Amino acid sequence: MDSYLLLAWTWVRASAQYRTSFVVSIISSFAINALDAVAIGIVFLHVTTLGGFTLPEVMFLYGTSGVSFAIADMLFGNIERLSQHIRAGTFDTMLIRPVSPFVQMAADGFGAHRIGRLAQAVIVLGLSLQVVPWSRAWLVPLMILSGVVIFTAVFTLGAALQFVLVDAPEIANAFTYGGVTLTQYPLSVYGDQLVRGVTFIIPLAFVNWQPALYILDQPDPLGLPEWLRFASPLAAVALAVISALAWRAGIRRYRSTGS
Amino acid sequence: MTAFVLYLRLFQYGFRRHSTYLAAALAGAFTNTVFGILRAYVLIALWEARPGLAGYTLTQAVTFCFLTQAFIGPMQVFGRGLSFGDRIRSGDIAFDLVRPAPLLLWSLSEDLGRAAYLAFARSLPPTLIGAALFTMAGPVSPWFLPSFLLGIVVSFGWRYLVTLTSCWTSDDRGMHTLSALLTMFFSGMVLPLGLFPGWLRTVAEASPFAAMVQVPADMWLGTQPPLQALAFQLFWAIALLCLGALLTAAARRKVVVQGG
Repeated sequence: MDSYLLLAWTWVRASAQYRTSFVVSIISSFAINALDAVAIGIVFLHVTTLGGFTLPEVMFLYGTSGVSFAIADMLFGNIERLSQHIRAGTFDTMLIRPVSPFVQMAADGFGAHRIGRLAQAVIVLGLSLQVVPWSRAWLVPLMILSGVVIFTAVFTLGAALQFVLVDAPEIANAFTYGGVTLTQYPLSVYGDQLVRGVTFIIPLAFVNWQPALYILDQPDPLGLPEWLRFASPLAAVALAVISALAWRAGIRRYRSTGS
Repeated sequence: MTAFVLYLRLFQYGFRRHSTYLAAALAGAFTNTVFGILRAYVLIALWEARPGLAGYTLTQAVTFCFLTQAFIGPMQVFGRGLSFGDRIRSGDIAFDLVRPAPLLLWSLSEDLGRAAYLAFARSLPPTLIGAALFTMAGPVSPWFLPSFLLGIVVSFGWRYLVTLTSCWTSDDRGMHTLSALLTMFFSGMVLPLGLFPGWLRTVAEASPFAAMVQVPADMWLGTQPPLQALAFQLFWAIALLCLGALLTAAARRKVVVQGG
């Protein structure tokens, strides 16, 4: 933990040396992610509900998934660059240092500019909180926390996959960035098979969809049991354990690039 | 004749350089396809509620979605992709500017080679998988191919300008991000431009970005008058390439001053 903070702080100071570039990165990170919100806005120029959800409700889904993802991405997202380090041989250096390679990877090149993404998601979430009834608001922090854990686990699984697919790191993007894109919309717009897949195989439905069904008092279009709406922490812990095992297996299997 | 052989060579090198990384291209195609599926469901929900929106049928909207995903590779929608970008920072651009072949045509040939390879590796998979999972419309007009090619040239012309601006700015990341932002939003990559409200739609449809994604997709669907659309693309291709030539001349003076 201490070493993570130290490494992250070092990177923040390093990137703040180039002040203009730093500010530009924060603004562009904000703007690129705002595009998705603008797209949702444009969609709602043509309809009043999408998949049975109104604009503020969809923005609530967008905001919760966005905040969870932005936090996970800021704290641990750099792990997706594992294959670059493997190919460059710099991962070997991390293995012989007295700090966990996971911590080093996560903090490596810590991008403080990602605060732009977080700010954007926080604003959308803040504006959409009007749809949350007071009596059910207690679940919001819990779902965001579970979402952070789930996205971190997905990032870690994607990185663990890169131990095998060194040349094809982009596969992981389909699950990380694909995961946040998926959960920006109500899952009721997607096909039933897809929703079952992201409920029981890669539990992205627990990032925001299941808890939001309770918070917004909506019926589950698949008719899944009601207790699933409170199962986010459970899903998060289960996925975290699996991803930790996968990461360990990856490290054990790792044999350097050999050159 | 020798010039033609040179550019053909460069085209081949561009093709071969990218074909070395087959796994990376297929991984990219996989991710593009996954995003295509997610976006398709959103569009289906929208078109089921509002059939005929933006002049598309439901099938056409789904087709549009997978086509735009298929264009990400060849049209390099997220930007960059030109090899001389890094050479500006290292200073090697000075050599490129004194070569007997102009930098513009040199990198155009390389970029067409890149696009030709990615048209196979990154465009076919999303299109085929999209067609297997959803009902998709086939290409209705023979004008699709020239339109696709012009889309690549317009994309090159734009990226050439953006890349060359780093001769003047010390940090190029801001420009590239701004470019990616404009390209994604105004090309039709985020949503079909027909869904944009009023003036925003007018601006987007007149922009060079529309010539990269929206127009070639419409040529496939047959939803735009072909000759007008091709003329529009041709206009932007020529305009951007001319601007590129002018900016190269300016860059040459600038670089000589710095390096002297």
